Amino acid sequence: MKISAQFEIPYIQFLNEHGILNADTPAIISSQQVREYFKIMTLIHLFDKKAISLQRTGRMGTYAPVEGQEAIGTAIGYTLQKKDVFIPYYRDYATLYQRGAKLADILSYWGGDEQASLYSHQCHDFPLCVPIASQCQHAVGVGFALKYQKTNHIALVTIGDGGTSEGDFYEAINAAGVMNLPVIFVVINNQWAISVSREAQTRCQTLAQKAIAAGISGIQVDGNDIFALHQVLSDAIDNARHGDCKPCVIEALSYRLSDHTTADDASRYQPQHQVQQARALAPLIRLEKYILEQHIMSKSQIEAMRLSCQEEVEQTAMDYLARPAPSIQSMFDYHFESLPDYLIEQRATTFEEFDNAND
Amino acid sequence: MPMINLLEGITQALAYEMQYDPNVVVFGEDVGLNGGVFRATDGLQKRFGEHRVFDTPLAESLIGGMAVGMATQGLKPVAEFQFMGFIFPALNQIITHAARMRNRTRGRLTCPIVYRAPFGGGIRAPEHHSESTETIFTHIPGLQVVIPSSPQRAYGLMLAAIRNPDPVIFLEPKRIYRLYKEDVEDNGQALPIGQCFTLKHGTDITLISWGASVQETILAANELEKQGIHCEVIDVASLKPLDSATIFASVEKTKRCVIVHEAAKTSGFGGEIATQIMQHCFKTLKAPVERVTGYDVTMPYFQMEKYYIPSVARIKTAVEYILEYK
Repeated sequence: MKISAQFEIPYIQFLNEHGILNADTPAIISSQQVREYFKIMTLIHLFDKKAISLQRTGRMGTYAPVEGQEAIGTAIGYTLQKKDVFIPYYRDYATLYQRGAKLADILSYWGGDEQASLYSHQCHDFPLCVPIASQCQHAVGVGFALKYQKTNHIALVTIGDGGTSEGDFYEAINAAGVMNLPVIFVVINNQWAISVSREAQTRCQTLAQKAIAAGISGIQVDGNDIFALHQVLSDAIDNARHGDCKPCVIEALSYRLSDHTTADDASRYQPQHQVQQARALAPLIRLEKYILEQHIMSKSQIEAMRLSCQEEVEQTAMDYLARPAPSIQSMFDYHFESLPDYLIEQRATTFEEFDNAND
Repeated sequence: MPMINLLEGITQALAYEMQYDPNVVVFGEDVGLNGGVFRATDGLQKRFGEHRVFDTPLAESLIGGMAVGMATQGLKPVAEFQFMGFIFPALNQIITHAARMRNRTRGRLTCPIVYRAPFGGGIRAPEHHSESTETIFTHIPGLQVVIPSSPQRAYGLMLAAIRNPDPVIFLEPKRIYRLYKEDVEDNGQALPIGQCFTLKHGTDITLISWGASVQETILAANELEKQGIHCEVIDVASLKPLDSATIFASVEKTKRCVIVHEAAKTSGFGGEIATQIMQHCFKTLKAPVERVTGYDVTMPYFQMEKYYIPSVARIKTAVEYILEYK
């Protein structure tokens, strides 16, 4: 029998669930970097709790929490360069924060203000993307443009585990492969697409192996391990920037330790014992163990850092709440570069109605 | 000046703009070496290279979404859907992203994209190759919908569409791709989007159409002329934004109106135009606005398409009926 093709999917983990680093871990992250990682993850963890409380107290709309997968977004933000283009799905707060977006922008987004995705810094990054997997096609177009313009920049797109069942994901990885575009697809496998488990999405053993069908490489990484994430992402980014076969799929394994959104109740479908197990594996817990064990920070230093993050989060919430409501005109003003007659007319009508209603 | 047909008007416009704007890239299925199944991109790959004129994998959502990614980084994608009947897998990308990107980023990221698609029946094509679903796009905020109906307008409106800073759905009436030729100077002169074209002046009734149906509308007007009925004929050309002013001025003059389109009747764009005329010309109208359209049926296979597509006879009958109102 002739074998036409064979494949294997590597799995990378350096920092195990006990906070112990494997002996063969490459020297990739300095102690200073570990502290930075820990700080951003802590900040996002606290931000997440604050965002949920803002929603629960009626001061923000529906919000998609990120607890459990803080390491993945942090590692992406950490390893991308400024001029690379990031194309998020909708829980990528850690990455957006490191890219330069204000956390208050993220609250504004879930707070119902389009102004949020203007971001306050110069960038070509995409806004959060709610329609599942559609952003993968944008990443292909971005990758094409970056190559066409002869830059060394790359596109990185994130997608959830459920998203890999969508046609757009397959079309995009296939196109990135055949055109050899500098695009990295990071599958954030948090095991749940709202209430549907990873096992119910596909018979594939891994989501990373879907890359093989597109002729590109696929790799699994422990998404709760910043050392492994940092290494895998750095290699993939370097390869997309300089390598011969540019695109790849990275499946980052994690667990959603939260509801899908604040409108969801995960206790309806997540088995309790599974959640308990997953909690013990959470990225912040093991990183803190490692940091204490290696004397990178003391308990009191960690506490001080946590307090400073909490202050930043409180300030973020105050900034968000102090933001002026969007002007009514803004509903009309950004559909086209110049306002067509029909919108000028409707804009005027709406104000008359609005003013009358207030009389 | 070269004598060219409508299809060549599109090719000529693409070539002109690619020559002067290196950000323009053309892609789709079979648009490269093959030059498109109708040859709209014929010769472009040879002239401008495979990096600027290329075949994508066979994936329409990719074509729609890739254009969004490219446009946000400064390129000007001209994306071809081979037939309008195959555009539907890309609707998610067009509607949820291309049409909304400027608004949802408050102008930070924009989508200067031209989505091209041949549309309409009358070429004895197989199933799914003859649809007229322009109304799907006119209903979506953030989109512009442009339909040329002559070689000159194909050239001028395509140039305008590429130069437009926002997404344009550019629908090409394939039944009249090669119907006739006219002199079209390759001078880079765009025609304005959002303007109707009055093709024939008249005083008795206004006939409004777009796309391939402009042909039957003109033929009907010419025959009615022999009966002493003077029709004004307007090619809408831009469904959105619509040049309502030209339409209202004409109807104020003629006091009667028949709208002709190949698309199905219910929720067809003729209904929108009729409503606007009713609101603005209510006191002037001497008769209700009439529509001659395709039926509310699935576009029939080609044996019956001639009974579906509005004919000269159906248009004439409608005009005569409307003129009976005194």
